[in-house]
Amino acid sequence: MEVLAQQFFNLDVMIRAWPLILQGFGMTVLLCLAVIPLGLIGGLAVASASLSKSRALRWTVKGFNDVFRALPPLVVLILLYSGLPFAGIRLSPFAAVCLAFFLNNSSFYGEIYRAGIESIGRGQWEAARSTGLNAPQTFAYVILPQAVRNVIPDLVSNTVEVVKLTSIASVVSFTELVYAADMARSVTFNTSPIVLAALIYLVILWPVVRLMSRLEHRVAG
Amino acid sequence: MTSLDRFVESFLNPKLMLRYWPDIAQGMIVTVEIALAVLATGLALGLALALSRSYRIAPVSAAIVVFVDVFRALPPLVLILIIYFGLPNVGVNLSAFAVLWLVLSLVLAAFAEEALWAGILSVRRGQWDAARSTGLGFGAALVHVVLPQAVRLAIPPLTNRTIAITKNTALGAVIGVGEVINQAQTAVSFSGNATPLMMAALGYLAIFAPVVALGAFVEKRFAWRRA
Repeated sequence: MEVLAQQFFNLDVMIRAWPLILQGFGMTVLLCLAVIPLGLIGGLAVASASLSKSRALRWTVKGFNDVFRALPPLVVLILLYSGLPFAGIRLSPFAAVCLAFFLNNSSFYGEIYRAGIESIGRGQWEAARSTGLNAPQTFAYVILPQAVRNVIPDLVSNTVEVVKLTSIASVVSFTELVYAADMARSVTFNTSPIVLAALIYLVILWPVVRLMSRLEHRVAG
Repeated sequence: MTSLDRFVESFLNPKLMLRYWPDIAQGMIVTVEIALAVLATGLALGLALALSRSYRIAPVSAAIVVFVDVFRALPPLVLILIIYFGLPNVGVNLSAFAVLWLVLSLVLAAFAEEALWAGILSVRRGQWDAARSTGLGFGAALVHVVLPQAVRLAIPPLTNRTIAITKNTALGAVIGVGEVINQAQTAVSFSGNATPLMMAALGYLAIFAPVVALGAFVEKRFAWRRA
């Protein structure tokens, strides 16, 4: 028990690692502020493209979605970060993470928006068009607001996954929370800094997770 | 040399493809092995937890809720690092493969419990009452009447999560499990060429595109959606 506490909940080590971890946490927040809006906007573009009249565009989007549903995000990230330099394009860790998350999340958010848009009845389109709105106006002012409201739980749950996923940025040496914690671990030979990082994720994400499962059960019950 | 030639030379080099094909194939076998092991233990544990929660014994349910919440809120990579680097220092030595399998199984179990429990809750009260009135005990009603319906209601969220979590096998590369992307990174550093990375991407597509298609089939064929 003593050994366990020493190794995983060592307060001394945690206090020493705190400044580094706090810095890492700041970078994680920054990363989230970049990749979540990028994904939400990219997803909207993907969802609108999948509604397009052009068959070529629809098939392109379908191929895009299929590829990113099958590829692990970490693989996309490594591909961009270590692969692109061979084509003469060298991305910073931050840029590589943003690009990888943009591609991956656009596909996932796009599917959620699409489900929301498909849940809106045909009659809404027809009624809006008959009042004189054109197609883009109908989409933006009538369909989209209702569609988004219908899929808010899925958008929130995907966003939780995105926040958790930012941890893979540590693999390309972006100095976010996990990278900072792992650096502190390798200096102190103690696992407590990573436990501290885990506690930070818990404090932020647990309330959201709890809320989601309550919402889900209320809908189900 | 045209730019197309240069692109082929550094990304789709046939000579290197031949040389590293066995390594990538080896990595694909490891990836499939972990994915299957995680699938089996994760879903079984998730099911066991959801069934245990149905008995509504307060301390048991509370423990399950805490487990599920924690494993849904933490990034799998963080759990992998804690177990992989922490346990040897307290005298428990697990291979990297075992750590990856353990962590992903627990994460999948948490999500599976959540989905199955939501399914069990959404089976209508009348189904329970009818099953019990035919003389089935609580356990029999749960397993033979409620669970089959709950599973079908849980399938759509479950297939998505299961695919996402089995894709996390790639995280094994961080602790040196010899799966696809790990093999590819080694090959890149030896060859100074991006071809192994492209092979790894194709390898993942070959493994997971059928899984995604299978998931879509299972959803279409077996899932129920309640209006």
